[in-house]
Amino acid sequence: MKKIEAIIRPEKLDDVRIALERAGYPGITITEIEGHGLQKGTVQQWRGEKYKVDFLPKIKVEIVSHDEDAEKIIQAVLQASYTGAVGDGKIFISEVDEVVRIRTRERGDKALV
Amino acid sequence: MADTLWVLVTAILVFFMNLGFGCVEAGFQQSKNCVNILSKNFVVFACSTLAFWFLGWGLMFGDGTPWFGLQGLFMLGGADNSPATGDAYQGVYSAINWTGVPLLAKFFFQLVFAGTAATIVSGSVGGRIKYLSFILFSFLLVGLIYPTVGHWIWGGGWLAKSGMWDFAGSTVVHSVGGWAALAGALILGPRFGKYGPNGKINVIPGHNLSLALIGTFVLWLGWFGFNPGSTMAADPRLISHICVTTNMAACTAILGATIASWILLKKPDFGMTLNGCLAGLVAITAPCAFVSVGSSAVIGFIAGILVVLAVIFFDRVYVDDPVGATAVHLVNGVFGTLCVGLFAEDWVSPNTTGNGLLFGGGAKLLMAQLTGIVAVGIFTFLVAAIFWLLLKYTVGIRVSLQEEIEGLDIGEHGNSAYPDFVIRKPHYSMVSLGNVGSEEEIPEKKSSRRPSYAGKG
Repeated sequence: MKKIEAIIRPEKLDDVRIALERAGYPGITITEIEGHGLQKGTVQQWRGEKYKVDFLPKIKVEIVSHDEDAEKIIQAVLQASYTGAVGDGKIFISEVDEVVRIRTRERGDKALV
Repeated sequence: MADTLWVLVTAILVFFMNLGFGCVEAGFQQSKNCVNILSKNFVVFACSTLAFWFLGWGLMFGDGTPWFGLQGLFMLGGADNSPATGDAYQGVYSAINWTGVPLLAKFFFQLVFAGTAATIVSGSVGGRIKYLSFILFSFLLVGLIYPTVGHWIWGGGWLAKSGMWDFAGSTVVHSVGGWAALAGALILGPRFGKYGPNGKINVIPGHNLSLALIGTFVLWLGWFGFNPGSTMAADPRLISHICVTTNMAACTAILGATIASWILLKKPDFGMTLNGCLAGLVAITAPCAFVSVGSSAVIGFIAGILVVLAVIFFDRVYVDDPVGATAVHLVNGVFGTLCVGLFAEDWVSPNTTGNGLLFGGGAKLLMAQLTGIVAVGIFTFLVAAIFWLLLKYTVGIRVSLQEEIEGLDIGEHGNSAYPDFVIRKPHYSMVSLGNVGSEEEIPEKKSSRRPSYAGKG
């Protein structure tokens, strides 16, 4: 099982969600985060002085899927979240050791369906 | 009847300005101090009411010396046959015998003005003042300092006799509040982390500009009581004139501040625009009944520019005033008072000010205004400073560093303004970009680090 962690622009969340609906996914977790990669911060001002806001708001989309579905999901996210400008984000893929469904205590692939 | 109605309704509008001050100050400061700021603005009116009733009114309007009242000092106890006026008046509050309303109407109206002066101070000391010290200082301000100055100018005192005119209180209310605020900010010291080592000016943005807008509009509304109400008579022509000059100054000040901010700071900073509106209102407070509508437009426009410069100036000389109380009330209180000497025209309120310098009246009025400004400045600043120092070396005026970092809401009140909200604060770099090129030049990552807690004071 793979965990797909996509850090995307907040304004792209709707597009990504729609693309994921079409691709199909077992479940999804969304977190509001701050951070930056190559994209620099913004400059704001307050009563005569400027200041830098280093960290930019992003959305983290986490999906845990079967190995064979991972690429389909990654492609959906990629296409929907792309703009071409610095700050589009990144997708991290990692291995998940185990999944447990709390309601039924099922484990493994059955728990992910 | 109409006069009394007018005095009381306008007094109620001025009372409402306390909400305005509370909202502006809270909006301009951090959420962790919100309860504390609201509390100060709330409790200060209670302190003002008691202090002014107990002693302030008597000192201000009681017959006595040219410097302060001596008769009827305590609890409105002096003989008085208001609403009798002029020669028919028999009592000890002769200085205010010219308005034909009951004593309590006069008292209530003057009380809300005293309250305004006191609430100005809470802005500049925000974020690090001890609640108790602020309360004690407010009693002293409204019980002693404000009424003394008020006696000089409105209580038949020496400045009134020397020909100084301050219609609704640019000096009496706003500059008194401003000087006391300045003394407080200086003796208290800046907020922790506001000024870095090597004199860097760090930004501490306010948490709610929506609240600040609400406050500013409420103040603007209240000013339509503050200025026209000071006729203390339902004089149709004059109160209409004052409403228009008051509004005009506010509007041109907004434009002046917007333009100044656009040019100096590259963008029309909303905080500056809001302060601009207030600056215009403060500046027109003294001259509103003495100048033409055209003059009020000019006065307001200059005030708007002045306040932008003043906010930047005070920060550059390391006076930490989170809301601009000094820039708005002190600087423009002085400016507005001077404007009487420049722009007064006799026809607006005949047989009062005469003509100012720009309308052929010579410099006499201007000199009287200047004398008043200097005398009030020295007196207020010194006595306020003494009071602040007295408090500093007895009960203390500043909260501990830990409390300041945690927020005064918790330390002073055990409350939280927004316990249910997820407060997400972007991590500011605390690096001032004041002189680092244009917006497009962002310094390298390595120079923008997490907030360093090395403060000056």
